[in-house]
Formats: sequence, C-alpha cells, structure tokens
Amino acid sequence: MPTVGPRASAPTDRSPEMHDTDTTVTSNGDLAVDIAGLTRVEGEGSLRLKVKDGVVEQARLEIFEAPRYFERLVVGRTPDEVIDIVARICGICPVAYQMTAVHAFEHGLGIEIDPAVRALRRLLYCGEWIESHALHVYLLHLPDFLGYASALELARDERVTVEAGLSLKKAGNRIVELIGGRAIHPVSVQVGGFSRSFRRSEIAVLREPLTAALEVALQTVELVAGLDTPRFERAGRLVALRHPSEYPMNEGRIVSSDGLDLASTDWRHEFSEQQVGWSNALQSRDHAGRPYLLGPMARITLSGEHLHPTAASALARTGLAGEIAVNPYRSIVARAVELVDATAEALDLIEAYEPPADPGRPWTPGPASAAWATEAPRGLIFHAYELDDRGLVAHAQIVPPTSQNQAAIEADLAAFAPSVLHLPREAATLRIEQLIRSYDPCISCATHFLDLSVEAVR
Amino acid sequence: MEPQQLIMPGRRSPRADAPNRPRIGIVKFASCDGCQLTLLDLEDELLAVAERVDLVEFAEATSRRSMGPFDVLFVEGSISTAEQVEEIVRLRAVSHRLITIGACATAGGIQAIRNWFELDEVRDTVYPGPTYVESLAQARPVSDFVAVDGELRGCPISPAQLREFLVSMVTGRRAQLPDEAVCLECKRRGVVCVAVADGIPCLGPVTRTGCGAICPAYGRGCYGCFGPRESANTASLAKWFSDSRSAVEVGRLFSGFTAWSEPFRATIDAHGGPPGQRADGSEPRDA
Repeated sequence: MPTVGPRASAPTDRSPEMHDTDTTVTSNGDLAVDIAGLTRVEGEGSLRLKVKDGVVEQARLEIFEAPRYFERLVVGRTPDEVIDIVARICGICPVAYQMTAVHAFEHGLGIEIDPAVRALRRLLYCGEWIESHALHVYLLHLPDFLGYASALELARDERVTVEAGLSLKKAGNRIVELIGGRAIHPVSVQVGGFSRSFRRSEIAVLREPLTAALEVALQTVELVAGLDTPRFERAGRLVALRHPSEYPMNEGRIVSSDGLDLASTDWRHEFSEQQVGWSNALQSRDHAGRPYLLGPMARITLSGEHLHPTAASALARTGLAGEIAVNPYRSIVARAVELVDATAEALDLIEAYEPPADPGRPWTPGPASAAWATEAPRGLIFHAYELDDRGLVAHAQIVPPTSQNQAAIEADLAAFAPSVLHLPREAATLRIEQLIRSYDPCISCATHFLDLSVEAVR
Repeated sequence: MEPQQLIMPGRRSPRADAPNRPRIGIVKFASCDGCQLTLLDLEDELLAVAERVDLVEFAEATSRRSMGPFDVLFVEGSISTAEQVEEIVRLRAVSHRLITIGACATAGGIQAIRNWFELDEVRDTVYPGPTYVESLAQARPVSDFVAVDGELRGCPISPAQLREFLVSMVTGRRAQLPDEAVCLECKRRGVVCVAVADGIPCLGPVTRTGCGAICPAYGRGCYGCFGPRESANTASLAKWFSDSRSAVEVGRLFSGFTAWSEPFRATIDAHGGPPGQRADGSEPRDA
C-alpha cells in the first residue's frame, strides 16, 4: 500500500543514548538526573529518584500506561468470554492470563479436566515461557550487557547470536501456534479443556524444532553466565508457587523465602493491592506493607530442586545459584536456565503425549467463587472472580506479576542507586535501566512504561 | 552434528548503513503490545527487514528514540487520554504515512466496550482512588482524531499480512489485503462450517478475512477480531442468531474486540447494548 515518499524535513532524532535526560548538580552538591523514556520494556512508565546528600530518599516507578479497566470489562461475561478477554491484557504473555482464568473457573465450578488436557496446557505454557524468555534475554536484556541500543544493532556485529535467540523464540511460538491457533492471543483454551483435540502426529512435529532449541537454550546459559555483571545484593522476600513434584507453572502453593505456605486460591490472605498517586497500576504488598519479589529468581531459589535434570545441571555448571537468589542482574541467567527447563519439559511432554479422551468436558454454568494463581514468565499471577446465579462475572480481581513487583523494584532501586550516582550520567543511567529491565517489567500488564528521573531535594 | 556456535567473531552486514532507507517508527497507545510484538515474531525476516529500513523509533525493541519525521509510522493502540490525543496529532504532522495496526488502533479494541458505560462508574470499579487516574470518556480508534493512510486489522494483526505489508512497502507496490469474509478462507482451508454442522454461532460471514480462519479450524465460532468486512450484513446475521437466543445473547456475540466499529456497534445497540452494563453484573434488560 504505502510507497515511501520524500521527507518533510530533516530528522530530529534524540541523542542515541535515548531518553530526555537532564542532569543538574545543585548548589549543595546533590545530584539530579531526569530521564524520560525507559525502553525495551513492555508499556509506558518512568522512574523518579529523589536524592539528598547521596542518599536516595524516594524511588518511584511511575506508570502512565493508559488504563484499560479490564476488571470492569469482564463484568457480565461468561467464563469462556473472560478467557478470550483477559488474554488482551498482555500480548507477550496471553497464555498466563488464559491459564490463570481457566484454572480459577474450573476450580470454582468443580470441573475435573482430563489428565491429557493438563499435559497439553503445561506444554502450551512451556511455549509461552520459551517465547517470552527468549524475547527478554536476547532482544530486550542482552544488548545492555554488550553495549548496544538494541538487538537489531547487536545483529550487525553478532548476527549468529541474535539469530540463535530468534530461533529459540520461534520454537516457543511454534508450540503456542500449534495448540492455540496463533502465537499471540491463542483461541483454543476453554473451560473444561480445549476447543479441539490434537492427534499424536500433530504434536510430534514439535519434536525437531524443540530438540534444536534445547541445544540453543543450553548454549544461552553459558553465554549469559559469562556476561560481565554489576554487583548488587538485594534483601527482601521472594515469593513463588511451589508444587510437590514439578517446577511451578500451572499450579502449586504460594510459598516465600521466609516460610509462607498458602493455597494458591488464598493470595488475599497474605497480600493486597493498594493504589499510589504516581501510578496507574495498583501496587501489591503483604498485609504488613512489605514488598516482595516474584519471577525467575524467586522460582529457582524456592523450587530449584524441581528443575528438569537437564536445566538443573546447566544451572550447576554456572555455579551461580546462590547469586541468582540475591542479584537481580543475574536474572538473565535464571531466565536462561528456565529456557532449558521449559524446552526440556516440552520435549518430555511431546514424547509422552496421548490425545485426551475428553478434550473438552461439558459443564454447567452457575454461581461460584473462583480464584487461582499460576506462574507467568514474569512471576506469580492471581485472578479471582465471583460468578452470579447465571454463571456470569459479577466481580473480578486480576493481579499481574509486574504490579506485585513494583514495590520491590522501587526498594531495590533505592538501595542500588547510591552506588552509581558518582558515575558519569550515561553510565549511571544505563546501570539503573539495566536493573529495571532485570525484572522484565511488563507495564502493559501492570496497566500500564518507564522513564527515569533523578531529582535532588534540599 | 556440531552444536551451533552462538557467539562468532563480528561481521558487519553490508546493508546496515545503506543510505536512503525509509525511516520507520512504531508507537503505541492503549494496547497490549501484541501487534508490535508481531513484528518481532517475524523471526525469519526480522533481521532482513531491519537492514532495509531505518527503525528510528520502536521503544519496545530499541533504546534509540526519535520524535520524527517518519516515512512510515505504525500506530498500535486506541486513543483514551487527553495526552494521547495531543501525541497522535503531533505524530501525524511528522509522518508521511500513518498506518494503524490492530483492533485497538483501527476499531478501539476491547477497551472500547467501556464506551457504553459511565466512565466514573468504570473507574470506581477498578481503582479505589479514581481521582488520580486520567481517561477520556471513550477509548476510540486513531482515525477518529487524524487521517490514516492504511490499516492492518486483527487482534492481533496477522504475521502474514504484516509480512505482505512490509514487502510491499520496501518494493513500492500495493499490499494485497483482501476484503473478503472469513467464510471464504474457511472454504479454501477445507474447514467444515461450525455454524451449519454444529450450530455454533459464528461471525465469519460478516468478518474480514486475514487470520486464516483460525477459530473455525479450532472448532469454535469466529469472534470478529478482524472487524467487519465491507458492506457486512450484520442485521441479517443477527436475525439468524435471534431464532434461538435472547437479544442480550445476540448483542453479546458482537461485543468483542471490534465492537465499536460499524456496523457491529449498531447491531449491539439494536440489541440493548453489550453485556455488563451494570457494575454488579445485573442486566437492566432482565428486569
């Protein structure tokens, strides 16, 4: 359709180092940096740091992604409509939303699913983990460690590396496309199972691309474990699901690094959402007001023994398990280990696959209190729905991982920033942004982008 | 087989610094990021595309930023705040061609369902302190505010259509984006009609093709995410649905990701509006 025409005027690109950045040293020596437009994250927001006498007084993750009011949009909808609608909260992790909703409804309505359906759903979720982690490791995070503005620029010098990452991402997308019909906003997940069944031969075509992907995933662990990484040791609570025998994905109990152990339906017994004036995303904290961190670091630390043996040995070879528990910059290693885990598990599921006798179990709509938590690539995600007498949603609560991580990200930034404030502006900004990207914030999920500003207060 | 080596000594691509590549921007408003992700999902073509164009603005993928001008600007998302209105007007002025991508930008998206509701009530439901949260009364398509030179439909857009569009863009020919019903794609794909064979309500007859007829191929009815095709007879389809359902249930079928586009919107209105008009889930029409 479009033919490319002449330009209206000369280009007015901002500095290649991105952002509207403004640094001022105030008369009393406090530093103020204003950066607008953190990139390589999903969605729109900013970071504001207030620094006095070298101490960060306040770190605020300001999220200004326009709200879309999903919890209101699902009111009056059927459970199957909700599964389609909540996918649209996030184009990167739609399966996480669909899985959390479908499990919540099935649990609330007392629907038992065919064990083969459970296996297919885990395979689907593995696909999303591979796609999302490969995207983050190669396209969003790796350029920080190697000093590039993007993976596209990295590809000019290291094309084979970026192609390897893309092949890994493609393997994950192949799974979602096959089971869900398309890579983004898949269509087949329904209460009771799937809208169709899959023959053994259909699933078997995934074996070859995933076998190749496993080799790439193993090399990815070596690659990222060898990256020059800033030192940082965070303190604070890690939270993830834990399953008695599996690496957590579709189900498990909510556990923490300090002994919490809670049914996944009971998230609200320990945590709650609060609104803060600087963000269009609600923030979650525990009832004592403490932040907590979700995601690959938390999962490996709390469920490392349930990693697939291939992933467990890859992690052991890095010797970084201890550092993964405390240094968010090492989350790229945690993601790479989970890439191995999800790929190896997917291969096992493909090998063992038998078509479900009952691909979609019939069920009767009715009233229910439905709640569940699963592990999205970015961390624990919780949904709760009240269904009325007609089986339609009367009330919904959707708690994405990034809104839960916000408070922990702010606390970590406040602790980390003083160590880089003496650096030249560009270097300090890069380190801080790289840290923010370490949490793989999905602002579209949390409502909602990042730009960074540091402000001196007197 | 030798394992593939991930890190190799650098070798610069010949086209990487070629002059006169078109300046491309990709921006988003209220949306899920899924349509711009579709570009990154073209794993086999992404690096070749990146060599042939100058991707000057794509915040999700690169830290280089640009305020414009753009030869082609791809816009994802609906316009739903006053700041977004200002920004789309600014972007239009610096863009030679502006292409909307996806159901949110072309039709308002799923968030346009709230256009039927009172904003204050919607805000109160989601946020305890709604005063901080800024929104326009409606989430609307980009074409309500500025001239649009082309569009890619879908929730999300189709990778095949995006590929076709990009190829046409760099070769300077017209993109082939047919305006047919999903039904035709179903027939070509050899999918048994879910409406005829199983009585499943399906928006295929009134919905524009492009997805590959995924939903019928997966045993369910089309939910209209590519929006209405040209001169879609939604009234006739709605009448057919009405034989076995109440007005609320007919309206529900059209109240998806392109509900705000005509004639889906008129059909929903003719059936009393979308589901969920009351915050507690009760339907005014039930009373």
